[in-house]
Amino acid sequence: MKILVPVKRVPDYEAKIKINSDGSGIVTDGIKWIANPFDEIAVEEALKIREKGDASEVVVVGIGPADAATQLRYGMAMGADSGVLVTYDGEVDSDLAARAIAAVYEKGEYGMIIMGKQSIDSDANQTGQLVAEHLGLPQACFASKVELGEGSVKVTREVDGGLETVEVSTPCVITTDLRLNEPRYASLPGIMKAKKKPMDEIPLGDLGIEPNVRISIRKMSPPPERAAGRKVADVAELVSALQNEAKVL
Amino acid sequence: MGNILVYLDQNEGVLPKSAKIAITAAGELKGAWSKDKLIGVCLGKGASAAADEALTFGLDEVHFSEDAAYEKYRAVAYACACQSVYASASCDAAVATANTTGKDFFPRLAAKVDAVQASDIIGINSDGSLVRPMYAGDVIAEIELSGDHKFVTLRATAFDAAQPSSASGAKKELGSVDIPAIAGEVVGYELSGGDRPELTDAEVVVSGGRAMQSEENFEKVLFPLADALGAAVGASRAAVDSGYAPNDWQVGQTGKVVAPNLYIAVGISGAIQHLAGMKDSKVIVAINKDPDAPIYEIADYGLVADLYEVVPELTEAIKAAKSAG
Ligand SMILES: Cc1cc2nc3c(=O)[nH]c(=O)nc-3n(C[C@H](O)[C@H](O)[C@H](O)COP(=O)(O)OP(=O)(O)OC[C@H]3O[C@@H](n4cnc5c(N)ncnc54)[C@H](O)[C@@H]3O)c2cc1C
Repeated sequence: MKILVPVKRVPDYEAKIKINSDGSGIVTDGIKWIANPFDEIAVEEALKIREKGDASEVVVVGIGPADAATQLRYGMAMGADSGVLVTYDGEVDSDLAARAIAAVYEKGEYGMIIMGKQSIDSDANQTGQLVAEHLGLPQACFASKVELGEGSVKVTREVDGGLETVEVSTPCVITTDLRLNEPRYASLPGIMKAKKKPMDEIPLGDLGIEPNVRISIRKMSPPPERAAGRKVADVAELVSALQNEAKVL
Repeated sequence: MGNILVYLDQNEGVLPKSAKIAITAAGELKGAWSKDKLIGVCLGKGASAAADEALTFGLDEVHFSEDAAYEKYRAVAYACACQSVYASASCDAAVATANTTGKDFFPRLAAKVDAVQASDIIGINSDGSLVRPMYAGDVIAEIELSGDHKFVTLRATAFDAAQPSSASGAKKELGSVDIPAIAGEVVGYELSGGDRPELTDAEVVVSGGRAMQSEENFEKVLFPLADALGAAVGASRAAVDSGYAPNDWQVGQTGKVVAPNLYIAVGISGAIQHLAGMKDSKVIVAINKDPDAPIYEIADYGLVADLYEVVPELTEAIKAAKSAG
């Protein structure tokens, strides 16, 4: 079985995001790009399955401009076997990403897709579910545990009330939550090896996909600032402030 | 001019706040997008009673099914049921609250009807544009959706629960829907439960971070404070990852978003990913021994101290204040 793992490049989660002067986007100069943390968790899970002998190959896939290849190479440095970059310079929304991933899935003989539950830039939490529906596959989202069976997989999901375990048939789409695993670091030899691993570049048009982005950002603004508060000296002052000033007790 | 499907959570015949929030937002969208009717959907055991309740909020139609296929929530089954209502009731838009149910199946439903979805919105403008946070809340984006079918999921803290109005709508039972085998089965739950208020509904939230050091310290140090305040308990990712607190207590960008009257952050540094889930709280208190912790940049009241000394003291002081007041 081959496992397909989408990897998206996002600004480093430690970077302070600034908005450009006309509010049309974020300032990208000087930003460090990383692989979306949830996608790293997805790569790790796929590698674990391969290392157990339940998968033969892990393929990372991305969609975007040529430099999105950097994050695919990172996935390969972690241990993925090869990569597919769907090249496209325009705006990519969840829907377009999902259609590209689904098309790549259909070209190879994959048995599973493992992907992040959300990307930490647009925070939409949609792409995995969209891919599953486009391909008519079962979905098991927000996974904190994955147990592979014969023709099926048991997935423990992080839900609002706690944990829920579902059993779905394979092939399927699994999206990862934070507790699924702790992703390994790419080692130096891993990084060297990754440079020689095969990477296919496929222009979006060759997949027969018409980009049709239906969500447009009209304006970005910073969030409203909270007025600065103050430090209190002790518990007595805190309780008095909560009672008499804030009136929340 | 089409109709709006409103997905309504229901628990054994009762509409929770998340459903009433969806009704409020659907009403706003109806105006902003010039839509015709609001079409509710309730699924699972108790859906019939929940549909009766939903009608008291002025929905035009509420479709329900208590079919065994919906007894346990499953993404594919719920998406198929909603698709059937969506088509038969001439909908071209849909709304759900962005809890783990709405997040899970709404995109799937959107793909079925070729809709575009805006996730986790916090505002609806009168011209039909929407507002949503991005980049862990560092950016507030005004967005526009185009195309024939538009979906939104809602951030619950940004909308008020609907109030009952007139009940003149129609209740309709959903006929049988083909659910493909890919829907799978739910084979187990491990619910955190407890008697404390629901994190996302609570008036007061007390959250613990990595500095809590153990599950036991949550129990011994934080729970008494929470109980003195009638508060829900939350946690940072670090506390959840370390196993001090269950997953569904995680507050933040990738956990739950809360906006209580009072949020007390105990031993939490204030990473942007945590702030994304609580900075709209009315009053924020931080207890942290590091005077430079970033949490103090957004806290209304900061107490620089060792939590193990001051939290028990605070618990007693609150008990005393409450019994005096
Ligand atoms: C993809 C991604 C998603 C994430 N999502 C979330 C999310 O949803 N929610 C979230 O919370 N985080 C999230 N994070 C993690 C976030 O970046 C921080 O790592 C996390 O919030 C830190 O938790 P903390 O404040 O408890 O721990 P720390 O940052 O370690 O802070 C502990 C604090 O406790 C203080 N302290 C220590 N001992 C004491 C004492 N005795 N008394 C008083 N104070 C003490 C210290 O001064 C310190 O400030 C995410 C990260 C990533 C990469």
